[in-house]
Amino acid sequence: MAKTHVTTTINGDETEFLCETEQTLLDVLRDELHMTGTKEGCGTGDCGACSVTMDGRLICSCLVLGVETHGHKIETIEGMADGDALHPLQRNFIDMAALQCGICTPGVLVAAKNLLEKNPDPSETEVRFWLAGNLCRCTGYDKIIRAVMETAAEMRGA
Amino acid sequence: MPDEVNTEFKWVGKRNPRPDGVDKVTGRAKYGADLYLPGMLVGKTLRSPHAHARIKSIDTSKAKALAGVKAVVTSADFPAIPKPPGPHGPMISDFRDNSMNMMARDKVLYDGHPVAAVAATSEKIARQALKLIEVDYEVLPHVIDPVEAMKPDAPILHDDQVTEGEDEKTAKPSNVYRIPRAQKGDVEKGFAEADLVIEREFTTKAVHQGYIEPHACVAQASDDGVELFCSTQGQYVDRGSCAKLLGLDISKIRVTSSEIGGGFGGKIPIYSEPVAIRLAQLARRPVKMVMSRDEVFRATGPTSGAHVRIKIGAKKDGTITAAEGEMTYQAGAFKGASIGAAMNCMFSPYDLENIHVWGYDVCVNRPKVAAYRAPGVPMAAFGVEGVINELADELGIDRVDLRLINAAKEGTQNVMGMKYGPIGFQEMLEKMKAHPHYNAPLGENQGRGLAAGYWLHAGGMSCASVNVSDDGTVTLIEGNPDIGGSRASMAAMVAEELGIDYNKVRPIISDTSSLGFTFLTAGSRVTFATGMACVLAARNAIKVACDRAAQMWGVSEEEVVWEDGHARPAGANVGDHEPMSLAEIAAKAPMTGGPIAGHAEINATGQGPATGAHLVDVEVDRESGHVKVLRYTVFQDVGRAISPDYVEGQLQGGAVQGIGWALNEEYIYDDKGRLENPGFLDYRVPVASDVPMIDVCMIEVPNPNHPYGVRGVGETPIVPPQAAVANAVENAVGLRFRDLPVSPPKIRKAIKDAGG
Repeated sequence: MAKTHVTTTINGDETEFLCETEQTLLDVLRDELHMTGTKEGCGTGDCGACSVTMDGRLICSCLVLGVETHGHKIETIEGMADGDALHPLQRNFIDMAALQCGICTPGVLVAAKNLLEKNPDPSETEVRFWLAGNLCRCTGYDKIIRAVMETAAEMRGA
Repeated sequence: MPDEVNTEFKWVGKRNPRPDGVDKVTGRAKYGADLYLPGMLVGKTLRSPHAHARIKSIDTSKAKALAGVKAVVTSADFPAIPKPPGPHGPMISDFRDNSMNMMARDKVLYDGHPVAAVAATSEKIARQALKLIEVDYEVLPHVIDPVEAMKPDAPILHDDQVTEGEDEKTAKPSNVYRIPRAQKGDVEKGFAEADLVIEREFTTKAVHQGYIEPHACVAQASDDGVELFCSTQGQYVDRGSCAKLLGLDISKIRVTSSEIGGGFGGKIPIYSEPVAIRLAQLARRPVKMVMSRDEVFRATGPTSGAHVRIKIGAKKDGTITAAEGEMTYQAGAFKGASIGAAMNCMFSPYDLENIHVWGYDVCVNRPKVAAYRAPGVPMAAFGVEGVINELADELGIDRVDLRLINAAKEGTQNVMGMKYGPIGFQEMLEKMKAHPHYNAPLGENQGRGLAAGYWLHAGGMSCASVNVSDDGTVTLIEGNPDIGGSRASMAAMVAEELGIDYNKVRPIISDTSSLGFTFLTAGSRVTFATGMACVLAARNAIKVACDRAAQMWGVSEEEVVWEDGHARPAGANVGDHEPMSLAEIAAKAPMTGGPIAGHAEINATGQGPATGAHLVDVEVDRESGHVKVLRYTVFQDVGRAISPDYVEGQLQGGAVQGIGWALNEEYIYDDKGRLENPGFLDYRVPVASDVPMIDVCMIEVPNPNHPYGVRGVGETPIVPPQAAVANAVENAVGLRFRDLPVSPPKIRKAIKDAGG
């Protein structure tokens, strides 16, 4: 079957691609567009390494088909920094050592940013439950949670 | 090395931002699956659906005929390795096993064992091709449990394996590969002196390392040589394995390690890498192979499930008189359970006169086990620490006091004959007792547990190069994939030595052709061993810089010293010269003899034991059996924390992996020997909402054998959690738990059986 032509906006740029019907958004981002910042940890929606947002909603890109993104706005880790200026979450993840191997980090950052957009003053429990879909096997989560809480406070001007 | 352990630092022990931080928070860092090459093919593996079966035939003709398929391989496409396999490099001792694990030869030995692989122009075609491969199996009886596998009538995995020490010609084939043993003193005499002897049996399930990045590699091959890009804990060991399994010269293979998305021991072995190379050789195109999560669980190393029997005797005053441990460990389809490390570590936090430990390395129809953080030790420690907690309760002695009475100290000799230098175990236990957590009040259905642990980190071969640029900035080249922030530690030590700004040192991980052999990122060895190589390389660069200054000043080398980033004249007779910075000396290098660099090739020794102890509070829901971890504090003697942030991270991460091991994680097989939970939904690792903050209390008793006092820190923190968490549950519900995981159904049943 012929590939489908899809037009989306990715990180603010209008982006066109051809994809097979069964290709997921994750497949498209990585295999077609070579935007490899979004990671595949499981392919079944259990690990959150492929987290992106579609029209502002946090999704696992492995659970959305490429063709479903036609006409929608996708944000990935590659769009998080403004040029050389890191997002405060990115900066605090480095400063507070909230990553070890770093494979879960893009997904965690995308999810955390989405949380802070919805809830600028989350409790520790709220952060933990929001990030419960993002597995990290290295850090034990401690420094991730602290970095998100610190960033929230910073962005509130607290 | 070293002359002295330094104590005052500018960069060491500070919270410096990691040199690879920006790449890793922006998605730029390249992991194993992130490389795309022109013309690249997709490689996929056909795996056994059976736990144990004879391969009668494999017909790949239909797959080969499918449009878009460029290569198909089976074991026939790889050299058959003779027994015994012959000379080898570090960590690839039985590459005959590795070869048969990479691609099944006559029999499949576990659900997920590779039998064939294809390379095709798309993933879709590769999957179609796998379906066209016809394998005719004769299904054989299988065995999953090591105790069952030791029985006389058990199905035998390897007809040519007899237990080590038996006569190969006369002995019957056995699933028991070997029965290693170590003794100190006389346990019979020791038990006779005891007022109380407690003997208990414990079981643990196979658990997986659970790294989030699946195994991934890209191979290219021509007659000139092979290029392999892969996620690995050791590009040099990988290279050696690929050379052996493919019959290639080591120098013809260049392995570049990608950034690595977790390993915990599980990315030491090779799996798809030689297969990808062979496919690339046949197809003459690059081949990428990335495992699915299902494949990772079914076919890569979990750690052994274990049966452990522990017997400890003590006097009324708490002095332990004898300790005995018997371990039966699953090796998986091929020999190699980590019994040696368990024997070395299980009783080693304690100063004991009489010890006897032994174990059975047993083949079963499961994936071949791989190292998992302090390989082999947590299962044994679960038993040892469980019995010590029970002893404390029976003797009416505080659990920490009982450990203090028996704590290892400088001069203690463990069962393997190692005599300890300075060791912080007693100090740590005192700190635990004095910590607010220790006496904090507990509520209803809440309990507090504790346990200790020990790991002796590795040393071994490492290389490093320090290249000084003409502006005085430095490229540091070393050979260990950075799995948790090691670049930061290496750069800090080199900046400290050179006396230059941390940000002027750029650490690079070399490929296998650009620097000499460097052993694995494993065994908590990197900051210790490769750190030592980096320090030595920096000192050698300093020697060169001092020599150049001496030349320019017309004095002898001995008359120049390196202080605070500058060459200075030493002594009054040298004359009056302005100190010269590294940048100033480097700028003049073309006139004084050429590039300024320092190199080191070492075999690091002088490891310092790393002890830890964990304190944990839990609350048990008596109705559902759910355990909530309320509070957790890790105490560990870290020698010296070069990067405190990342040392804390190791202690926190290890503790949480241990919590998962204790409460939830387990491999579950059906009656046909097929893994029932090969995914993160059903194999449940801890998520953020499962755990509290993990408090860390670092004790720094420097290792005198490292220039900065380093003890390897990564592995000790996974040793105490299983026993500590189980002990906390025991104290919450008043019942003993000796079977991991302490999962809700088990807790509910235990409470119900006790009439609750």
